[in-house]
Amino acid sequence: MARRDSPEINAGSMADIAFLLLIFFLVTTTMDVDAGISRKLPEKQPENIDKPIVKERNVFEVIINRNDDLLIENEYYEVKDVKELTIAFIDNGGGKGNPIAAFNETEGTECSWCDGAKNPKSSDHPNKAVISLKTDRSTSYGMYIEVQNEIGAAYTFLRNRLAMDEYGVSYEDMVEQEGRGTSDPATMLKLTERIKIIKAKYPEIIAEISSN
Amino acid sequence: MSKFNKKKKGMAPINTASLPDIVFMLLFFFMVATTMRETTILVKNDIPTATEIKKLEEKRLVMTIYVGEAQDADVYGVGDKIQLNDKIATIRDVRNFIYMSRKKVPEDEQSYMTTLIKGDKESSVGTINDIKKELREVNALKVTYATRPAAQ
Repeated sequence: MARRDSPEINAGSMADIAFLLLIFFLVTTTMDVDAGISRKLPEKQPENIDKPIVKERNVFEVIINRNDDLLIENEYYEVKDVKELTIAFIDNGGGKGNPIAAFNETEGTECSWCDGAKNPKSSDHPNKAVISLKTDRSTSYGMYIEVQNEIGAAYTFLRNRLAMDEYGVSYEDMVEQEGRGTSDPATMLKLTERIKIIKAKYPEIIAEISSN
Repeated sequence: MSKFNKKKKGMAPINTASLPDIVFMLLFFFMVATTMRETTILVKNDIPTATEIKKLEEKRLVMTIYVGEAQDADVYGVGDKIQLNDKIATIRDVRNFIYMSRKKVPEDEQSYMTTLIKGDKESSVGTINDIKKELREVNALKVTYATRPAAQ
């Protein structure tokens, strides 16, 4: 059999095919990465549990009513004030805290890393300071998230400051680096340990109360 | 006129042989960098903005619940609606949704699963609290409220 010259394939429509595929992928896919404010819900409690007794001075009461008005410790405020007030409350350090299990403490000690006013009428210790966020059923979700965000910002600020003082890196950078991961297991271990310490010194305690 | 004609004669056609290559390159970029859209959103979903955000990297460990008013009020009525997967559901379906989502991932990774609540700005906290109550019942305690990064 004589070999015939195969005719050249016309590649003119190749671009059209590729464009078609490209447009298909553009339409059916998304690029956005989901992000948001992370919180851990409290575990379901048995019906007849002994309610822990918390001193009133260790509770920072934030109330958002149905008209999205903000009431902090029985006074009207705006969302932008929340961060500052929360920082002042958590960082007060007016007394002894709960023993921290991570540091093998058997007795509560004073907060040596706090920089607050040490007001005896405000919180004793960051690990005793409870943020109580009370909302109404018809509070708008946008407002609720705004306040949650401000409270989160207060904790981030304090954790950043502590991490800067102790390790010379901000807490956010440490968390980001941990998320990215490093090739060296020793550095990784140290990083995780440091984050744990910071979290133990400024634990996020937010109690949510919803009134119907 | 003669001026224009002269110019046209001298122009060589543009070589488009590399056009498919360019388009293919774009195509591969989009195939790699994006993920498939899984659900069509049936509720209004203008999520709030925030600064303290955390990214959720593992998409398959995320269960998404949409909350907001229905886009088509004639069909679903007014008020906050909960969307699970591709349809509007009631609060009672949340538990089942969590169980079904858990089945899809290996058992050792189930504890890492996060519930992503994509709530509309205008929706009420009451609806969100109902969902959170259900999540506590089924021990799905990790929750993320979806937010957009705020412009700084």
